[in-house]
Amino acid sequence: MSAALIAEQILNGLQSGMMLFLMAAGLTLVFGVMGLINLAHGSLYMVGAFLAASAAAATGSFLVALAAAMAGAALAGAVVERVVIRRLYDRDHLDQVLATFALILIFSEGTRWVFGSFPLYLDVPDWLSGPVELPGGILYPRYRLALIGAGLAAAAGLGLLVTRTRLGMRIRAGKDDREMIAALGVDIGRLYTLVFALGAGLAGLAGALVGTIRSVQVGMGEPVLILAFVTIVIGGIGSIRGALVGALLVGLTDTLGGILLPRALALVTDPATARTTGAALASMAIYALMAGILVWRPTGLYGARPA
Amino acid sequence: MTAERWLNALVLPALGLVALAAHLGDAPFTVTLATRAAIFALAAVGLNVALGMGGLVSLGHAAFFGLGGYAMGILAWHAQTYQPLQIGPLAIAGTTSMPVVWLVAIAASALAAVPIGLLALRTAGVYFIMITLAFGQMFYFFAISWPAYGGEDGLSIYVRNGFPGLNTLVPIQFFGLVFGLLCGACALAAFLRRSPFGLALNAARQSPERVRAAGIEPDRLRLAAFVVSAAITGLAGALFADLNRFVSPAMFSWQLSGEIMVFVILGGVGRLMGPVLGAALFVAMEHVLGGISPYWHVFLGLVLLAVVLFARGGIAALLTGRAHG
Amino acid sequence: MAEAILSCAGLTKRFGALTVSDDVSMDLREGEIHALIGPNGAGKSTLVGQLCGAIRPDAGRVRLSGRDVTALTVPARARLGLARTFQVSRLAGQDTVLENALLGAVGAAGAGFGLRRRRDLEARARAALDRIGLADHAGLRADDLSHGQRRRLEIAAALTLDPCAFVMDEPMAGLGPEGSAELTRLLDGLRAEAPILLVEHDMDAVFALADRISVLVGGRIVATGTVAEIRADRAVRAAYLGEAP
Repeated sequence: MSAALIAEQILNGLQSGMMLFLMAAGLTLVFGVMGLINLAHGSLYMVGAFLAASAAAATGSFLVALAAAMAGAALAGAVVERVVIRRLYDRDHLDQVLATFALILIFSEGTRWVFGSFPLYLDVPDWLSGPVELPGGILYPRYRLALIGAGLAAAAGLGLLVTRTRLGMRIRAGKDDREMIAALGVDIGRLYTLVFALGAGLAGLAGALVGTIRSVQVGMGEPVLILAFVTIVIGGIGSIRGALVGALLVGLTDTLGGILLPRALALVTDPATARTTGAALASMAIYALMAGILVWRPTGLYGARPA
Repeated sequence: MTAERWLNALVLPALGLVALAAHLGDAPFTVTLATRAAIFALAAVGLNVALGMGGLVSLGHAAFFGLGGYAMGILAWHAQTYQPLQIGPLAIAGTTSMPVVWLVAIAASALAAVPIGLLALRTAGVYFIMITLAFGQMFYFFAISWPAYGGEDGLSIYVRNGFPGLNTLVPIQFFGLVFGLLCGACALAAFLRRSPFGLALNAARQSPERVRAAGIEPDRLRLAAFVVSAAITGLAGALFADLNRFVSPAMFSWQLSGEIMVFVILGGVGRLMGPVLGAALFVAMEHVLGGISPYWHVFLGLVLLAVVLFARGGIAALLTGRAHG
Repeated sequence: MAEAILSCAGLTKRFGALTVSDDVSMDLREGEIHALIGPNGAGKSTLVGQLCGAIRPDAGRVRLSGRDVTALTVPARARLGLARTFQVSRLAGQDTVLENALLGAVGAAGAGFGLRRRRDLEARARAALDRIGLADHAGLRADDLSHGQRRRLEIAAALTLDPCAFVMDEPMAGLGPEGSAELTRLLDGLRAEAPILLVEHDMDAVFALADRISVLVGGRIVATGTVAEIRADRAVRAAYLGEAP
C-alpha cells in the first residue's frame, strides 16, 4: 500500500468529515440551545440538494445554486420551526423523535411527489473540476479540496459567530439559562427560529455540496443524518467543538477503516475471507467507535457531565 | 368495568374476528393484512415492555426484529439447500420447523440484547436513543456487507416453515398461529406489569432514587426488561420473515425501528393494548391510504404529527378519555 | 451502652477546595432517635449521602449492624436494612399509594416475577399504610396526595423495607404545626422498631424526639449530647446565635 494512497484516503476522510460537520453543527446547536432532538435534519439536507439542482438547471450557475440551497433550506427550517418544532420544546424526547420522524415522512414523500423518483444530477463547475497536484506528487480532485476548504471556512465562521457576536452570546446564554435571557428582554421565540434556520441553512449547504459528488435523490438525507447523530454523540451533544472533532473522527474512521481493516485481516487469514470480513467490519466501524466512546464517556468527548 | 378494561378485553377479539370474517368471506388478502398487523403488534408489544414500563427509548429494536428474521432465514436456507450450518467443528442441519425457528429467534435476540443492553444502559436520555440506533445500524451494515446470506439482496425462502398439524400456507391457519403468539405475548406483558418486577420497573422509570433506596438496582430491572423486550420483538421478526418468505437487511433498518416505535406511540405508550391498536391502525392506513395515493406516507406523516401534537397518549387515550395508563 | 446499629468513623469528603465532611464520626444506637442538626450548608445532606451510599467518601468508614459497608451501593445497604426518606419526596407519582408503599417490601423480598408473593407483600404494605394513617387512600395516585400525605408515604415506603435503621432527611419539611405534631407522634412510636437518624430543621420536633443530638457546623461535628447538654453548649450557641465561644 503506497503512502500516496493513504494520503488520498486521509484527504477523503477529511472531506467527508467536513461535510458531516456542516450537518452536525446544526443538530448540536438545536439540541444544545433548545434541547430538541431533530430527526428531520436530514430532510433539510435533501431539500438543499434538490433546490441546488433545480437552481443550477435554471441558471447554470453553481454559486447561485449554493445560495439557493442555503437560503431555501434556512427558510424551510424557519417555517417548520414556527409551525411544528416549537410545540415540541417542552415535550420529552420520545415525542420529539416521533414528530420529527413524521416530518421525515412528509418531506421525503412530498419531495418524491414533486420531483419524482429519479435521481437528479448536479455538475461540478468547470472552475472546480479536474485534479490538483499536491506536494509529493499526489493528484487530488480540486472539487473535493474545495469541500474541505468550505467546511473549514464554515467551522471558522460558526466559531466566530458563537464566540464573538451578539447573536452568539445570546445563543450561549440560551443554552445555559433560558428564563434568564427571556427576563432580560431577548425575544426567545425569534432566537430559536434563527438558530433552527441557521442549522437548516448549513444542512442545505452540505446537501448541495455533497449532491455534486453523489446523486440528488429522495432518502439521501437519512444516512447522513445518522452519521451526523453519531458525530454529535461522540463529540458530546451541544458542543460545536465536539461536533468538529467527532466529524473528523467519523470521517477518517469510515474511509480509513474501509481500506485498512481488510488489509490488516489479510495478515491473519486468507485474502477472500479478509476482504469480505474486513468490509463487513469496516461498515460497522464508526458505530463501534461510538459505542466504545459512550461506554468510556457516557456523554461524549466534550459533553456536559451529569452532576 | 372501566373504559380501559373494555379496551383491553375487546381489541384482540376484534382483530381475530376481522381475520375470521375475511376468511369466511373468501378474502385471503385481508387475512394476510390482519396477519401483518398481528406481527407488527407483537413486535410493538415487545418494544412496549422496554419503552412503556422501563422508559427505555430504544431506536434500535429493528436489530432484534432482523435477528429473528435472519434466524428464520438462515435455518430455512440451510434446510432448503441441504447444507448443514457449520459453526466451527459443529454441523447443524437447517430446519423448517416453526417451533424450532421461534426458539432460535427468541434465544438469539435475547442473547444479543444482553451485551447491547449492558453497554447502552451506561448512558441515558438522548444518548440512550442514539446508542441503540447505532447498534441497529451495526447489524444493518453487517447484513449488507456479509455476503454469505445474500448480502444486500437478502434471502428468499421458497416454502413457508411448517407447524405440526397445520398447513401454514393457508392464510387463516398461519394467522391463527401468529394470533396465538400475540395473545401469549400480551398475557406475558400483563403478567409482568402485575408482578413485583413490573412494579419496581415502573417505579424506576419515575423515581430511580426511590427504587435504589428500596434496595433494588434499577439498571438490573431495565436490563431484564430490555432482554424480554428484545426476545418478543425477535419472535415477531421470525414470523415476519415467514409471512414474506423473504429476509433482507431492510429488516434491520432504522426506519423499521422508527415504525415499531410509531406503533407503540400511535396506540398509547405503556398501555397493554396500545401497541396492538397502533399496529392495526398503521396497517389499515397503509392499506387504505396506499390505495388512494402512492405518496401515502405524506398522509401518514400528517396523522402521526397530529397524534403527537394533539392526541397525547395515543389512540388508547382518545378511546378511554384518560391521558395515563 | 446500647449497641451501635449505624456508625461512621473519620468520614471526610471534599468537593474541590471545600471540605464538606471533615473527619465525622458518630453512631446511631438501638432504640434511640439521634438528631443531626446544623445550619444550612453545614454538610448534612452530604453526610446522609455518605451514610446511605449515594456519595463515596474520600476517607473514613461506615458500619451497619457491625459490618463495614463503606464499599456497598445504595441498594446493597438498603437490602441490609438501612431505610431512608428523602428531603424532597421521591415517589413514583403515577403509581398508587399502595404501590409506592409496596416498593420497600418488594425490595426486601427481591423484585421477582411471582404474583402470589405480591399478595403477601401487599398485606405488609397495607399494614404500613394503616400505621401512618393512609390506609383509606391506598388506591389514590401518589401525585394526587397532599404534601403532608406524601411526606408520610415516604416513611411508609421506608417502613415496608423492614429496616434495622432509619435515616430521615427532613421529614417535617414543609409541614404546618399540626402536621409536624402528628408526624412527631408517629416517629416517637417508630424508634422501638428501629433507631432513627433524624436530620431536621424543626427544633420543636427535635427537642421533643431526640435522645441525643449531634450538631454539624462547617462539615465538623461540634457537639454531641442530650437535649439539655446541647442547649447549654457554647459551641452550639456560637454556631447558631453568633455568640463568642
